[in-house]
Amino acid sequence: MSNVPAELEYTEAHEWIRRLPDGTAEVGITDHAQHALGDIVYVELPEVGRAVNAGEACAVVESVKSASDVYSPVSGEVIARNGALETTPEAINQDPYGAGWMMRVRLAPGGGEPKTLSAAAYTELLSRESD
Amino acid sequence: MGRRTALFDLHHALGARTVDFGGWDMPLHYGSQVAEHNAVRRTAGVFDVSHMGVVDLDGARSRAFLERLLANDVAKLTAPGRALYGCMLNEAGGIIDDLLVYRLEGSAYRMVVNAGRRDVDLAWIRGHAAEFGVSVVEREDLAMLAVQGPEARALTAQRLSPAHASQALALAPFHACPIDDWYVARTGYTGEDGFEVMLPAARAADLFEALRAAGAVPCGLGARDTLRLEAGLNLYGNDMDEQTDPFESALGWTVAMQPATRRFIGRDALEVIERRGSTRKLVGLLLVDRGVLRRHQRVIAPGVGEGEITSGGFSPTLDRSIAFARVPIATAGEVEVDVRGRALRARVVTPPFVRHGQPLVS
Repeated sequence: MSNVPAELEYTEAHEWIRRLPDGTAEVGITDHAQHALGDIVYVELPEVGRAVNAGEACAVVESVKSASDVYSPVSGEVIARNGALETTPEAINQDPYGAGWMMRVRLAPGGGEPKTLSAAAYTELLSRESD
Repeated sequence: MGRRTALFDLHHALGARTVDFGGWDMPLHYGSQVAEHNAVRRTAGVFDVSHMGVVDLDGARSRAFLERLLANDVAKLTAPGRALYGCMLNEAGGIIDDLLVYRLEGSAYRMVVNAGRRDVDLAWIRGHAAEFGVSVVEREDLAMLAVQGPEARALTAQRLSPAHASQALALAPFHACPIDDWYVARTGYTGEDGFEVMLPAARAADLFEALRAAGAVPCGLGARDTLRLEAGLNLYGNDMDEQTDPFESALGWTVAMQPATRRFIGRDALEVIERRGSTRKLVGLLLVDRGVLRRHQRVIAPGVGEGEITSGGFSPTLDRSIAFARVPIATAGEVEVDVRGRALRARVVTPPFVRHGQPLVS
């Protein structure tokens, strides 16, 4: 059974969002996603300073099996990226919600509320997908 | 639902993620493909390869038949228990399959062919066997386990009586012998030492479990693929097929053009190709930049032309991406690969990349 922390928000494309009090958000891929991909061997992250739109492909995660786009779940400016993933991409497998975080975004003012799922709704989505 | 080997329920119980391979439901991995890969390089792994086809041939003219059927020369099998790798070609010199052939006792031979080619192969073999009066028997009663890695032979021998163990451990590379109801071969597809054991299907799960209990790590097709890629071993359907010949598939060494009197199927076409010279070749690529090379990506050799990656992936042993690519014959030095719209630099190398746990390229 996949780990779905209650305090995070999720997308249908299996990204997670951690909203921070300073108007920024951390983004990564979910436990379900890392499990489906298998051993992750390479991660391509967006440049700091890049403006991203919700739904836009902004990173690539390559596993032993295949390459997958990661879509930004939020709109705003990338203010940090997890450079440690360059040398330890397996952190996404081992700790997808912690050491495996991918980027931090300053949310665009007035960009509207992104369409995200609660932990309960995401868990529901996973159970439907496994049917 | 695909075909299942005798070990399917065991794989399922061990938590395998399964994948369709050549019409068979086979384990892709049991948790971590990279951990399985590393186990084979460092200690030992056990693979269920029962999806491969075991075909027994016999008849007074079986040797003459195989001399006609295969591009490598079974005359090299000077005694029972010897094994030979080679290609079965069509009349145009295209590769129908690559296979291992073992010489059994008397006039009998055993071939091991690729899972996805079993039906095509059998139709071809039977079509040519009739005029030689050779019997063709598909051994669906057998399972096959590959036990591979520096500790693999010792672990396997522990499952045998002392007399049988020393018999198995005395086998030289590319040799095999029957031991009880096993047929033990010192062959493999990983670049490591080890055995491939053919045995009655009903006994396979017990051996798999005993090897696992002794420390062999269950390995899936994912690790099998990265191990064979590092070892510089071709995969049928990726690196060669009926549209490619052995010379442009880095398999020229498996074609016995001497003696010239041996008129094997495909020989006439290969003689023309040899005279004219090949226009393409299969090479190894070592990625210089960061990223992952994948099958079908475009290779650009500046000033020479373009080619394509036939197999690619991440090498756990080298901690970088490697590939095989079919490129214009003059390609050398450094090339560019179009990786998802980015031009990444790769170096042309001669496989294998890794043998017996040791990197051979850097």
